[in-house]
Amino acid sequence: MWKARPEEKPSGSAAPAPSTTNIGTNTNLSAVSSSNTSAPAAVAARPAFAAQRTGDNFRAEVAHIGKSVLIKGELSGSEDLYLDGEVEGSVDLKQHSLTVGPHGRVRANIRAREVILHGKVEGNIQGDEKVELKKSAVLVGDISTQRITIEDGAYFKGAIDIQKDGKSQSGEARRELSLSATAG
Amino acid sequence: MPQFFKMFRSSAAGAPPLTPSQERVPRRSTGFHEFTKVIHAREGLTVLDLGPTSPTNIHYLTSLGHKVYNVDVLLSSTDPALLRKTEDDSITLDVERFFAENLVFRGDQFDAVLLWSVADYLPEPLVKPLVERIQSVMKPGGMLLGFFHTKDAGPEAPYHRYHIAGPDVLELQQVPRFRLQRVFNNRHIENLFQNFRSLKFFLARDHTREVLVVR
Repeated sequence: MWKARPEEKPSGSAAPAPSTTNIGTNTNLSAVSSSNTSAPAAVAARPAFAAQRTGDNFRAEVAHIGKSVLIKGELSGSEDLYLDGEVEGSVDLKQHSLTVGPHGRVRANIRAREVILHGKVEGNIQGDEKVELKKSAVLVGDISTQRITIEDGAYFKGAIDIQKDGKSQSGEARRELSLSATAG
Repeated sequence: MPQFFKMFRSSAAGAPPLTPSQERVPRRSTGFHEFTKVIHAREGLTVLDLGPTSPTNIHYLTSLGHKVYNVDVLLSSTDPALLRKTEDDSITLDVERFFAENLVFRGDQFDAVLLWSVADYLPEPLVKPLVERIQSVMKPGGMLLGFFHTKDAGPEAPYHRYHIAGPDVLELQQVPRFRLQRVFNNRHIENLFQNFRSLKFFLARDHTREVLVVR
């Protein structure tokens, strides 16, 4: 009798965002300075967040820091993190990945297994396995990693030090570097 | 103050688009071929690239086992925060601030420097101090590669990003934002690098002199 309503697809964005909007339970925010919830996007995100929390199928895949959040201090965690807000201090995710979204502004040294950068970072990045600078990325700081990908259009000012894999120190290991150069 | 706004009006309204051309034109380079003999000779060198960020160059250099520093000097020189008002109300580039914020390195640490054609497009007050700063951060025996237009190139000679495509091949990609500021002749170049040990010139077909300079 009633036609099933087709599922609405979310509109596309510049950067892939995770499926949840929250600050993960395993993420330690040592010094949350302020959270500006007056931003329209943040207001819009709240009902969705509440709905997800009350839903039975709530499942946090990636911790998410929204674009209206400002954190000052040490940010550490033991899960993957999508950061679209502002951080001043340090970020330490050790064995997990950090994605800095297009609105992300980080003034901190970053350590993670994998760092994917769409936004701006002022500080050094240690990506134990891989660092990716997307075309919208702006990085002022040094990179230390085993593999690096820099898209054309990314702005980078600093040093790149490619760490040899402890298990394989041959020249072949270094040749595994992958750099996509899609003309921008 | 009116001059201050005039500068921004001209850059915002009259300037060509900031994005580089998609096209990359390959070009043989004898100077770069000589330069690669140094960077291929051994691993673990420290290389300073003063051109626009090029993933291709970073890939090439890091795959040889080198550490790469990238500072887009020309783009950094366009930072509006560097503009300073003088006593006679004119606007000038704050050279001290520029070098306080850029190319700040401890001691002589670079084995090789890629200057590309930056010196031809850089604002005049920065050229000589830039070369002095480069000299101070290069190791003795370190090598610099620079490209300089001859006057036959004409005043509209476009600025290029240089991408390393092989041991003697570069790919040129136009960046329409910057205009040629000056043309150095051989004597000017020798004076510019007078405190370096040696210079070697290679005249290319595209009205460019490729210069290898040894610290």
